[in-house]
Amino acid sequence: MDVGLGPAEWEAVRLSIRVSFVATVASLPVGLFIAYALARWDFPGKQVLNGLVHLPLILPPVVTGYLLLLAFGPQGGGGRVLEALGMPIAFRWTGAALAAAVMAFPLMVRAIRLSIEAVDPKLEAAAATLGAPRLWVFLTITLPLILPGLLAGAILAFAKAMGEFGATITFVSNIPGQTQTIPSAIYAFLQVPGGENAALRLVVVSIAVAMGALLLSEVLARRVSARVAQG
Amino acid sequence: MSLTVRLRHQLGVLSLDIAFEAPPGVTVLFGRSGAGKTTVINAVAGLLRPQSGHIAVNGRTLFASAEGVNLPPHQRRLGYIFQDGRLFPHMTVRKNLTFGQRFAPPGGGPRFDEVVELLGIEALLARRPGSLSGGERARVAIGRALLTRPAMLLADEPLASLDEARKAEILPFFERLRDELDLPILYVSHAPDEVARLATTVVALQHGRVLRQGPADAVLSDARVTPLGLREAGAMLEARVLRHHEDGLTELDAGGTSLFLPGLDRAPGTALRVRLPAQDVMLAVAQPEGLSALNVLPAQVVAIDAGAGHDALVTLDTPGGRILSRVTQRSVAALGLREGRRVYAVVKSVAVAPP
Repeated sequence: MDVGLGPAEWEAVRLSIRVSFVATVASLPVGLFIAYALARWDFPGKQVLNGLVHLPLILPPVVTGYLLLLAFGPQGGGGRVLEALGMPIAFRWTGAALAAAVMAFPLMVRAIRLSIEAVDPKLEAAAATLGAPRLWVFLTITLPLILPGLLAGAILAFAKAMGEFGATITFVSNIPGQTQTIPSAIYAFLQVPGGENAALRLVVVSIAVAMGALLLSEVLARRVSARVAQG
Repeated sequence: MSLTVRLRHQLGVLSLDIAFEAPPGVTVLFGRSGAGKTTVINAVAGLLRPQSGHIAVNGRTLFASAEGVNLPPHQRRLGYIFQDGRLFPHMTVRKNLTFGQRFAPPGGGPRFDEVVELLGIEALLARRPGSLSGGERARVAIGRALLTRPAMLLADEPLASLDEARKAEILPFFERLRDELDLPILYVSHAPDEVARLATTVVALQHGRVLRQGPADAVLSDARVTPLGLREAGAMLEARVLRHHEDGLTELDAGGTSLFLPGLDRAPGTALRVRLPAQDVMLAVAQPEGLSALNVLPAQVVAIDAGAGHDALVTLDTPGGRILSRVTQRSVAALGLREGRRVYAVVKSVAVAPP
């Protein structure tokens, strides 16, 4: 068995990492904002928003992918808006990133929300009495204290994005070099005779990337919590 | 006049309807827990929005429901010292202290070095709050509030979570703030000894209402104002250290009367306040003889207020000032106590600082 990756397999690995990275980085600010809103604010429709955020976790991924296709496909309103802005996403890697971001979003928001709820609002109130405006309080008190949770949320989202299959293949199909991420590639290799070896190599890569992300998050989280620790 | 507060607020079962003025010096909001003290101080700080009212510091309106004014906490310029310190756990002591400095208005006020020296926290600057003791944390919290150059300091039971030794360590800092920095302080407390020691003005709160407000000695010796109940009542006298005796006793002078205390580590001439718990003042109708108590003051009964149970609180005029004595109603009858009657007050304990 040949242990080196072939060009097609390399392409799938590179694409997967790029899709997952972009999906994570782009959704992080949105996830942080929504997690903060859910943790700290009371507003009408809060439960509806909470439900919407969690929907991709509960729906069959194929359904989420189909809904994305309806909204952002070539005929969808969202798709046409993005196309007019010069950012077409239908059947492109950007579409795969959108699908991955949507699927990973609930996990990210949950992790961040929990860490925000663990920050004592009394500390933020104390900072306000010292003269700090709200944004400054957030940047200097809340954000450093939730950094471990933020990291955990990002790593979790990245791992989820790496493994996303159902919504991606429904939404942007399985086009080598464009939308064929590792899971799609494994699926495709398993459909052709003699593809088992290639599939196996990608399985090993998947495990390696997942373990690497996990280790990285452990190291980062430990470093951050040592800095933020009470003691 | 430094602070005026008028507010109404419904908080669960507690309905607050409060109005008071805090002149310069230390104004203590005094009352049991649940009387509404913390609600009032949080409303002043802007951490709680009262349903209606008006709050102003030095003529500057912080809150006015009628005009729709409600300054956010960061624009109020009040230094708030919290009971639990609330130091930022991810910052060093130095970063905690300087946190508010960038927002402080330009001008006078104590500098960083002065505050650090005043509070004796040089050695702590590089440490994190998690490794500090309760007393150290309290000092850093005081310093942090001071360095924002506040128009006024707010302190919500800053000593409540400390043991007696730490309390005795921190209280002098508040005295120095009062006496040296000329900074008005609104101070919440339910500890009579703290009130007696610090207060210039006392605002006694009970069930969300102001029972009485005024100079500390007048409010504390008012038998009808006992926000903590008769058991905790006690008057405060201004005194001066007269001399130290060879047997270890210190003689104080309170308005021409001598009071004897176990050795007190203060130079003769030092002015101080003493607290006479009503509980520890006995009454005799004749000059007592053969008694172990050292402090016997000639007194005249001013008023007798019957308590809810079998107790009575007797208000007495002594040469040193007005004091209170808690006796049973049976004793009032047996001794024939009434207004104007001359008696002797046997003082069993005199507290100078928190024990």
